[in-house]
Amino acid sequence: MATAAGSEALHVELVAADRTVWSGDAAMVIARTTEGDVGVLRDHAPVLSLLSEAVVEVQVEGTDDVVVAAVDGGFLSVANNRVSILSEHIELGEEIHVEKVKAELEEARGLIGANNEAERRVRRAEARLRAAEKVSGSGVGH
Amino acid sequence: MAVSLREYRARIKSTESMKKITRAMELIAASRIIKAQQRAQQAAPYARELTRAVSAVATFSNVDHPLTKEEENPKRAAVLVITSDRGLAGAYSSSVLKETERLAERLRDEGKEIDYFLAGRKAEAYFKFRSRPFVESWTGFSDQPTYDKAAEIGRALIEAFLKEQGEEGDVDEVHVVYTRFRSMLVQEPTAVRLLPLEVVEADEGAEAPAPEDLLPLYEFEPSASEVLDGLLPQYVQSRIFYSLLQAAASELAARQKAMKAATDNADELIKKLTRIANQARQAGITQEISEIVGGVNALADAQAAAND
Repeated sequence: MATAAGSEALHVELVAADRTVWSGDAAMVIARTTEGDVGVLRDHAPVLSLLSEAVVEVQVEGTDDVVVAAVDGGFLSVANNRVSILSEHIELGEEIHVEKVKAELEEARGLIGANNEAERRVRRAEARLRAAEKVSGSGVGH
Repeated sequence: MAVSLREYRARIKSTESMKKITRAMELIAASRIIKAQQRAQQAAPYARELTRAVSAVATFSNVDHPLTKEEENPKRAAVLVITSDRGLAGAYSSSVLKETERLAERLRDEGKEIDYFLAGRKAEAYFKFRSRPFVESWTGFSDQPTYDKAAEIGRALIEAFLKEQGEEGDVDEVHVVYTRFRSMLVQEPTAVRLLPLEVVEADEGAEAPAPEDLLPLYEFEPSASEVLDGLLPQYVQSRIFYSLLQAAASELAARQKAMKAATDNADELIKKLTRIANQARQAGITQEISEIVGGVNALADAQAAAND
């Protein structure tokens, strides 16, 4: 299996609930699971793990391009050189409106303590903001 | 005679404008169906991967999860009814409601009480008109459902399902009634049981699975049960989303069909009315001629009498 799979590239799919956000071959995928960051290279052992609200990075095969996306939870499955990242919402860094997310972040921060949903919203907004910053390359800190 | 001719013409005119409206609705529905089908196709990869993952976890761990647990003595069932928000779609909503009644009768025969959850204004109106109680309703998205709506519905249903028996608002089963989109011509109302989940084992079907269908030996992080915890609610929501998308495509197809029939009927009506109107016009002309001829004859007779 390993020898047959050795020549294959790592095929990655970012799938949101209502569309396939991105798919293609990659050199490496970096994602954050609930246990911590993982990097997936070719011939990774089959794994199924839960993701936290964070940024997923995909280094596109044969180029220096990096696809950056924000996920809100969901899970990562790796098997036979196929990586599927599933999440209810996935947004590519380029698609994110920084101003909107900032407003959302402010609003969610104001609600913290009022309900449990607010903390989740903060984490989601922060992940999206980081994704947007990584794409624009400004790397503005918090 | 002349009055009725004018009446006929007015009716032809109003039928014509009605035909324009139904034709427009038919075309709108037709163009939206394509979009609805595309949306359903785009949502398919998510559902497929999720199903794969769930069956992987189920195969490699002893599934014992609250969402898959059958209650020994089910007393209450929740029924989610998915109808449209607007009418003019033929029998679309009423056939879903009929299917619901059938399901409700069956559940009652099994000795279960029923809590209704409704999606779509038509279902809400149906229940309100009969002053029958329902737990919750969602409206305003039937022709283009979003995943967020499905997630909201899913959360409400899961919450009701997870309550302990005897607790207020607890249900032991969740059923969904929606319309399955088989083709542009055939949409069938379907009732399925959503919860407790039946995890489809890999050994279903006689033929051996192809090598690529064999599930690899996954490692689960953090643990199989926690992964299952995260997956199953999403699986339920994705199933609801799927039902909503199917229902949306069916609604549009039903509307297109109904509006096509209405347009055809209008055509026929116009033809018939035109014929009657022509007849009336002809009758009017004939009568006028015979009146003139009669008048001329009378004059001629009178003159002949005077000459004599």
